Amino acid sequence: MNDARSPLQTIAIYLGALLILVWSGGPFLWQFSTSFQLDKALTSGSPSLIPAPFTLEHYYNAFIEKQLHRYVWNSLVVSLATTFLCLFVGSLAAFALSRLNVKGRFGILMVILSVSMFPQIALVGPLYLVATSLGLLDTYTALIITYLALGLPLVTWVLFGYFETLPREIDEAARMDGVSVPGLLWHIILPMSLPSLVTTGLLAFITAWNEFLFALAFTSNIDRQTIPVGIANFTNLYYVPWGDIAAASAVVTVPLIVLVLFFQRHIIEGLTQGGIKE
Amino acid sequence: MTAAATVSGIGRPRRFGKALPVSLWALLLLTPAFVSLASVSFYPIISGLYLSLTNTSLITQENEFSGFSNYVQLWGDAQFWNAWWHTMWFTTASTILETVIGLGMALILCEAFKGRGLVRAAMLVPWAMPTVVTSKMFGWLFDGQNGIINYILLHAGLIDQNINWYGSPDTAMMTIIIADVWKTTPFMALLLLTGLQTVPNSLIEAARMDGAKGWTTFWYIRLPLLMPTLLIAGLFRALDAFRVFDLVYVLTGGGPADSTETLSTLSYKVLFSTLQFGYGSAVSTAMFVTEGIIALVFCLYLIRQIRRAQ
Repeated sequence: MNDARSPLQTIAIYLGALLILVWSGGPFLWQFSTSFQLDKALTSGSPSLIPAPFTLEHYYNAFIEKQLHRYVWNSLVVSLATTFLCLFVGSLAAFALSRLNVKGRFGILMVILSVSMFPQIALVGPLYLVATSLGLLDTYTALIITYLALGLPLVTWVLFGYFETLPREIDEAARMDGVSVPGLLWHIILPMSLPSLVTTGLLAFITAWNEFLFALAFTSNIDRQTIPVGIANFTNLYYVPWGDIAAASAVVTVPLIVLVLFFQRHIIEGLTQGGIKE
Repeated sequence: MTAAATVSGIGRPRRFGKALPVSLWALLLLTPAFVSLASVSFYPIISGLYLSLTNTSLITQENEFSGFSNYVQLWGDAQFWNAWWHTMWFTTASTILETVIGLGMALILCEAFKGRGLVRAAMLVPWAMPTVVTSKMFGWLFDGQNGIINYILLHAGLIDQNINWYGSPDTAMMTIIIADVWKTTPFMALLLLTGLQTVPNSLIEAARMDGAKGWTTFWYIRLPLLMPTLLIAGLFRALDAFRVFDLVYVLTGGGPADSTETLSTLSYKVLFSTLQFGYGSAVSTAMFVTEGIIALVFCLYLIRQIRRAQ
């Protein structure tokens, strides 16, 4: 379609692309730059994107004063456990739905999908009461169990979509060779689905890493609180420490962005499969 | 295929389905997922429905059946309706803005240009970022004193004094909508892009041969074919926007003067600040019902559109 374009259209497209780039990257770039600037520079009234003088003071504050690493550790534990559980439970379900002639499987898939749209605030009250009576407040367990259910619909959908693209002849061949049902999943389907498992794992990880509402309700001290709760509570008595917040934001977001950029192609494919295709 | 050949257990013929019938295997493999969703999603909804019919409070330690009294109270509760309207307004405004701007972005990304991969990659940044971080980031961007947005607008001559964006009841909701639109539009665009790419190029070429201009091909070919994708993406976006919590709770906490209170933040406060679990459950159940109605209306419209297209 390139040849049909007038110079004016070309300029418009590049301008539009530039706008999208600034839109997507600009705010975080500013946040990133903020994290290296002195409070004095930030409130001087003449902001500059290049930090001058450059300082690591905010990172020092974030880690030493606010103990950011402890939130990071809690988030890592909860998110990694959630990821593996989600992949395990989700792949079992997706495999059954895709390969084992389940009756009404599209009905089941629709139910699973609609569950993911339930307002989470309607779940948090009753779950809080259950967690209280089981003594699970301020535990990793409560968060992991909840996040498993939050991540499961998306993981199941995306994996189901991927399993459906694997040719049925493989099943036949395996059946001929006497492979059992779990053997088919474990030795044949899963090894063939590694790229999809990585993507769905990443999605489950991001869901757990970013979740705020349940973490806020179920945890009350730094031993178990996750990053979003930690950052939400980042305030000083007399002023908002924007620099410290920016430093903490950078620490928890940059690794995520790197991961996402690395797997971007798979993420977009996986999500459009799960979210849009019926 | 080689995997199938190498793994096959030689000398263990016809074990498939022998030890357990396939249907039992299916049940067994689906059980963990069912247990998880049933206990963390379905049980709380039912339990919440029951709680909403009681006067449960963690302070007074009461939990007696009280019929519909919570709902009667809800009906006359100005705070609830205030939050209800805010939520509807937020949902409508952000969904429409995100769909329209997202469509514009998708149309640009549909064209071939240098650096397209970079732009597409950058678009995942707002989506991947924790919402709490987005909130804090917009808190700094739109800060009333030293915010960069005020600085830029002031120096561009668009405003003559600093605006107290989320600190003033007039502009607070707008700031939250802007933050949400920033975070979700690029992702919406990527979803719509995959929809656009399924429109066969031959159709557009044919239209061009017939002398159709860019606008005409968009309006009569791309848009109608994209409609199902657009509506489904819009539905998911609307249902998600309706639940907004993190952005509001962290940026304004529902204030100033309740001007950004939404159903989720209101429920949270009733539940965890006043500890009235009965009344709080009534608020969240009312929210669940409203969301169900939105989904239903959307789906009916969607089905009608698809029928008409056929």
